[in-house]
Amino acid sequence: MATQSAVTPGQRSTERAAISEKTLRTDRWWLLPLITFIGFSAFIVYSTWAAFANHPSQYYSDPYLSPFYSPCFVKGCPSDINWGSLDIHWRWLSPAIYILIFPLGFRATCYYYRKAYYRSFWLSPPACAVAEPHKSYTGETRFPLLVQNLHRYFWYFAVLLGGILTYDAVLAFMYKDAAGGRHFFLGVGTLLYVINAVLILGYTFGCHSCRHITAGRINNFSKHPVRYKWWSFVSWLNKHHIRWAWLSLVWIALVDLYVRLVATGHIHDYHHVFGAVSTAVGH
Amino acid sequence: MGHTQKMRVWRGDAAGGGFVDYDVPVEEGEVVLDAIHRLQATQANDLAVRWNCKAGKCGSCSAEINGKPRLMCMSRLSSYDPDETITVTPMRTFPVIRDLVTDVTFNYEKAREVPSFAPPSDNQGGKFRMNQLDVERSQEFRKCIECFLCQNTCHVVRDHEENKPNFAGPRFLIRYAELDMHPLDTVDRKNTAQEDAGLGYCNITKCCSEVCPENIHITDNGIIPLKERVVDVKYDPVVFIAKKIGLRKDSGRTPVGPAGGGPSPIKHPEKFADS
Ligand code: SF4
Ligand code: SF4
Ligand code: FES
Ligand code: FES
Repeated sequence: MATQSAVTPGQRSTERAAISEKTLRTDRWWLLPLITFIGFSAFIVYSTWAAFANHPSQYYSDPYLSPFYSPCFVKGCPSDINWGSLDIHWRWLSPAIYILIFPLGFRATCYYYRKAYYRSFWLSPPACAVAEPHKSYTGETRFPLLVQNLHRYFWYFAVLLGGILTYDAVLAFMYKDAAGGRHFFLGVGTLLYVINAVLILGYTFGCHSCRHITAGRINNFSKHPVRYKWWSFVSWLNKHHIRWAWLSLVWIALVDLYVRLVATGHIHDYHHVFGAVSTAVGH
Repeated sequence: MGHTQKMRVWRGDAAGGGFVDYDVPVEEGEVVLDAIHRLQATQANDLAVRWNCKAGKCGSCSAEINGKPRLMCMSRLSSYDPDETITVTPMRTFPVIRDLVTDVTFNYEKAREVPSFAPPSDNQGGKFRMNQLDVERSQEFRKCIECFLCQNTCHVVRDHEENKPNFAGPRFLIRYAELDMHPLDTVDRKNTAQEDAGLGYCNITKCCSEVCPENIHITDNGIIPLKERVVDVKYDPVVFIAKKIGLRKDSGRTPVGPAGGGPSPIKHPEKFADS
């Protein structure tokens, strides 16, 4: 058998067609990365501001707790809703930081967000068949980008957080009066919370890691009919993962904004408080 | 109704070349490949172009039209403005042979480097039986017509020639995925996919999926699930512990490639040819 040359034609090729243009595309290929860049930047700026505008009178208005601050478990959380009163050393650190770090990690390692920011922030590549500006490229083969492989761990936390935000949507139906009595409550904000929970869950359960865990990793679907059903459902959500990603991102910021505007008296939350379902026992 | 189509075609070979402008009479309902053929028949008899089926099934006529990697036979002239100049170049990632024809050897070498399908030695009376449900995922990847448009568009090699020895490219990463998902295969390609085929180079920016004429969900159904499978064997401490204490069953598949102790076929093609 003839030995093959160690150098492949592909390897020695500077013999590509001599074309100097970085791209010959004539459509507006830059539009999508630009919109993505503006969208993500706006969210980063807003959420950073929101994390530091952290007086309870800004992020809590009974029964609404800003989703950026949920679960509230540090000292200084409004007593109605706190899950603990952890005494943090660095007072200037916002209670939101402890919470935001998880969804931030989850989204930063999400396969869709990766695509979006590699394209729009890192220009690697800015669009298909448009040359990237970087001299060398190693992708996700080494640290720090190797860490993207831990996405599933962030997913575990995201499921937890999804549960908490769903619980918050339930709490948004529950108003506590000054005496501690509980009332069934229905406000514009309540609706926003319900939608928020749906969007977060839709995003979280459409995750590629979730798809892998449900049944993606097995090779004999026919022997695992229940897991296969789950996988099919996750795959269905996954098809629209981009949409879930954007909607849930925009929505959670809107809910935060809404709570702030209500809490600071800038807008009125149209609502109805029903009769007391329980009175303050033991309070 | 026909019209005169302004075209700008790259002419040349490995030694050099450039764009040449042509006015080509075209008819209604034609595709870019028709225009190129008329050009070849009437004005540029020595124009080199590779084609075969004219039906989007042989994968021969891959080129770049107005900068977009496409099959020429599947690109209708009516999708362009009649007044605009249509620019046609060869695929830009592979060595050019002449005009629109490139040398796609790179892809055949990568194909040879994929450890082949290894069914169980007991051949079940000559009939392997599989449930349709179990092979459906793999079948999506069998739609591939090997046009290599995805290989050409992938920035890992398109923008970085030096990555070619280390990266198999999307078309072959889905081949790794196809076999890894196959219910009857007996070898484990996860380590070799990561270490030798360069799965980690892919940053899932999805250009392969965008250009695939067969609409294969290369990234979502192939590369990402493969990345998740690789996490199982290489990066997930919990799975590692679960395997050690017997909570997760071993797949029973034999690792191949360097993980199996053999030489890496991918970085040393000459060794592979000898074995
Ligand atoms: S998704 Fe990965 S394989 Fe596909 S073009 Fe992008 S980098 Fe290449
Ligand atoms: S996967 Fe799609 S783009 Fe890639 S070679 Fe096959 S048919 Fe062509
Ligand atoms: S892939 Fe997007 S959340 Fe996991
Ligand atoms: S000629 Fe066969 S795919 Fe275009």
